[in-house]
Amino acid sequence: MMTKVTLTVNGKSVSRDVEGRTLLSSFLRDGLGMTGTHIGCDTSQCGACVVHVDGLAVKSCSIFAVDVAGAAVKTIEGMANADGSLGVIQQAFQDHHGLQCGFCTPGMVMTTAALLANNPKPTEAEVRHGLEGNICRCTGYHNIVKAVLAASGQDVPAVAAE
Amino acid sequence: MPKDSGIGASSKRREDVRFLTGRGRYTADIQLHGQTYAAFARSTYAHARIVSIDTSAAEAMEGVLAVFTGADFAAVGGNPAGWLIQSRNGEAMKEPKRPVLAHGKVRHVGDAYAAVIAETVEIARSAVEALDVVFEELPAIVDMAAAVADSTNRVHDEIADNICYDWGWIEDNRAAVDAAFKSAPHVTSLKLINNRLVPNAMEPRASIGVYDPGTEDYKLYTTSQNPHLTRLLVAAFVMGIPEHKLNVIAPDVGGGFGSKIYHYGEEALVLAASRRIGRPVKWVADRSEAFLTDAHGRDHVTTIELASDKQGNFLALRTETLANVGAYLSNFATVTPTFLHGTLMAGPYKTPLVYVNVKTVFTNTAPVDAYRGAGRPEATYSIERVVDKMCRELGLDPVAVRRQNFIQPDQFPYTTPVALVYDTGNYQATLDKVIDLGDFAGFESRRAKSAKAGKLRGLGLSTWIEACGIAPSALVGALGARVGLYDAATVRVNPTGNISVMVGAHSHGQGHETVFAQIVADKLGIPEANVDIVHGDTSKIPFGMGSYGSRSLAVCGSAMDRALDKVIAKGKKIAAHMLEASEGDIVFEDGKFSVTGTDKAKTFGEIAFSAYVPHNYPLETLEPGLEETAFYDPANFTYPAGAYACEVEVDPDTGRVEIASFTCADDFGNVMNPMIVEGQVHGGVAQGIGQALLEGCTYDDNGQLLSGSYMDYTMPRADDLPMYTVDHSCITPCTHNPLGVKGCGEAGAIGSPPAVVNAVIDALQRGGHTRVTHIDMPLTPSRVWAAINA
Repeated sequence: MMTKVTLTVNGKSVSRDVEGRTLLSSFLRDGLGMTGTHIGCDTSQCGACVVHVDGLAVKSCSIFAVDVAGAAVKTIEGMANADGSLGVIQQAFQDHHGLQCGFCTPGMVMTTAALLANNPKPTEAEVRHGLEGNICRCTGYHNIVKAVLAASGQDVPAVAAE
Repeated sequence: MPKDSGIGASSKRREDVRFLTGRGRYTADIQLHGQTYAAFARSTYAHARIVSIDTSAAEAMEGVLAVFTGADFAAVGGNPAGWLIQSRNGEAMKEPKRPVLAHGKVRHVGDAYAAVIAETVEIARSAVEALDVVFEELPAIVDMAAAVADSTNRVHDEIADNICYDWGWIEDNRAAVDAAFKSAPHVTSLKLINNRLVPNAMEPRASIGVYDPGTEDYKLYTTSQNPHLTRLLVAAFVMGIPEHKLNVIAPDVGGGFGSKIYHYGEEALVLAASRRIGRPVKWVADRSEAFLTDAHGRDHVTTIELASDKQGNFLALRTETLANVGAYLSNFATVTPTFLHGTLMAGPYKTPLVYVNVKTVFTNTAPVDAYRGAGRPEATYSIERVVDKMCRELGLDPVAVRRQNFIQPDQFPYTTPVALVYDTGNYQATLDKVIDLGDFAGFESRRAKSAKAGKLRGLGLSTWIEACGIAPSALVGALGARVGLYDAATVRVNPTGNISVMVGAHSHGQGHETVFAQIVADKLGIPEANVDIVHGDTSKIPFGMGSYGSRSLAVCGSAMDRALDKVIAKGKKIAAHMLEASEGDIVFEDGKFSVTGTDKAKTFGEIAFSAYVPHNYPLETLEPGLEETAFYDPANFTYPAGAYACEVEVDPDTGRVEIASFTCADDFGNVMNPMIVEGQVHGGVAQGIGQALLEGCTYDDNGQLLSGSYMDYTMPRADDLPMYTVDHSCITPCTHNPLGVKGCGEAGAIGSPPAVVNAVIDALQRGGHTRVTHIDMPLTPSRVWAAINA
């Protein structure tokens, strides 16, 4: 039983036939070939698959593709500036070495964007709490926290003493 | 002034741009025309005989293309151990072959006994459910002591006591060590468990097998830290594919930490399946499969004893360890608890006598192998815990005792009683640095402040050493290694002067594409942007042993440095011809070949162009082209060392431990990119804190994995960890590699667990809980609370 789903992904309208059981994460990766969204666990714990659905951060492995019909989905592929240069958050992650293997990175960037939209000047503790649903095994979070604080426009050493 | 490019600069990572924009290309991202999907049938029993497997219902399902069982691989070779260890009685170790699919018996929960290939992953998984399998359950062997004691219950029917080997290091020293203990004024004993961990790279393993019937070539895309080693194992041992007919590609790999060093059966299966059905076969692990089947780490039970005088001078050290190897020998499983552990038991100290005994035990659990640090965290934890306990027993200052027992800076090179030769070091310097950066002087006032808030504050110290870049090949061969441990690099100067460097090291987060380019650019005096680093493809790279054991720069970086020397040497010959000077008068500096003492010069680009357009060229004595390869086999390990300090606050009402601060002073030798080095330390420390406080892989008595998902296995998260203070300004360059580098990838995971545990014990002791002298990791709130309230 296939259902036709129409939605926008990074501002472009897409339409596909999907099975009822198809997760948004699989829809993006296998249906649209947008493999920037990663799958790191089976239990909605790791956060590598976070995307935005109508502006809210959502673990795309925990929602069906049919449930986002009509919604505006934004993924890591839609986070760069219009001219292709890195967006503010992406640039902060590169500047502060907030990624190593890169696998958790798309989810980290998408979670950060939602975090800063809700709380433009977070404290270090608020950043750590906000990233609690995203697991990184490489960085020990130190440089991710710095990147998020930098992306918020704050003076990093003043906010997060090393 | 910090440099802005080349060696020593914190160059931003070029690989970040693709990772930050969703353009990374991991194995699971690769979609091939006509690809099919594999799913594995995995045992739910820890130990059982396979009575029968009826595949007919699965094979009849629409969309199923093939079904494999262990019988299909009965004729091919098994996955071998990479290192043969000799028991102390001279016997060879037991080496049961690890099959592609279990045949006859399943030996751990998750052991794959069949695989289905289908048009979609959903059909493949449904067909696995349709397999009709009859098992005869056998008693599970989980506890190591019980495994050794009971000869009737065997993981492998031919191995009576479940022991792989009983290793002594160094056996000839044993009598002297025992005698020293008999006459010692003081002996400190400690029994401890080094907890089993699951590496948990965020990218689950994945493999795609592609067979081309036209050329009879195979291609394997896989999540590997060392594609050449995988090719060698698959070709020469497991599948019998001619090596030149197999191309292994490890594209972007999302972390490894050791778990992706090894060849796994799934890789062989997708190749065999692709050959049978003539289409690409793809398999991507889910996280449950990762927990069940990735090689786990650590899992030692150790009794350590330290003999000393009353002033805390170490006289002798003795350990007995049971090391869990799991159900099968993973490729490096036998060397990790032996030559990567026992040889480190001198630590940074001049302990004159050391003896190490390790019995490695088969159990019905997932295979255990090298995980970040690999043997060295186990050694460091044992030493640094027993040293701390001794200080408490004798009422001595842990800083002073470490200082008085350190190998002194003027004693290098220093031969330890466990056979390593430390080339250089300055342990006093890193200790001084950590005391300063960690503000030991202000601890007492911080402790008093914590006490006012009802918290117990403690300070823990760990002074550690490790051995990286395992080598030389002749030595490791004499000790039982079945491989050499050199590495290789090809520097290809293109006609327009830009450069491709093919390296045998593999980057799965370490940033080689940036750091290796910095070194090339620095040495040739050209912009970093003109250099591309190519890795992870056996068809492009001369050869390589991959990345693990913090070896990439020390070994492969050195190979690349030598290849660059050859390029420069050839460039001088070309320049001498073009400038009509003698070769001995040509100097290469800042990207220019010039005649010494004159203004006659050719740029690097002009020389490169001439090499490929040899119109004015010494063709009678020199070949055209500018491409050089070097293989480098190090003369010795490198020995990074350092001092770590951890401050904790313990809530005595709940047992919860909070890391108040963590300070690292490391000596990594010369540092190529400080930003990346610091990132490596951060990540290693996080994994060490995870081991100390949070992570514990647990099987029940039936061999069921209780910690099999992120709901049950406590991964460190952002709000579990502090900001770290990291310093690498104490530098004693490695004396035997051209870059003077030592390796930084594992230090954090090696040095940190004892610092954390020492800090918690210190907090409890200072808080009046003087009966608590040890708590086994992970120091969860319940364990700490139970220790306080025992």
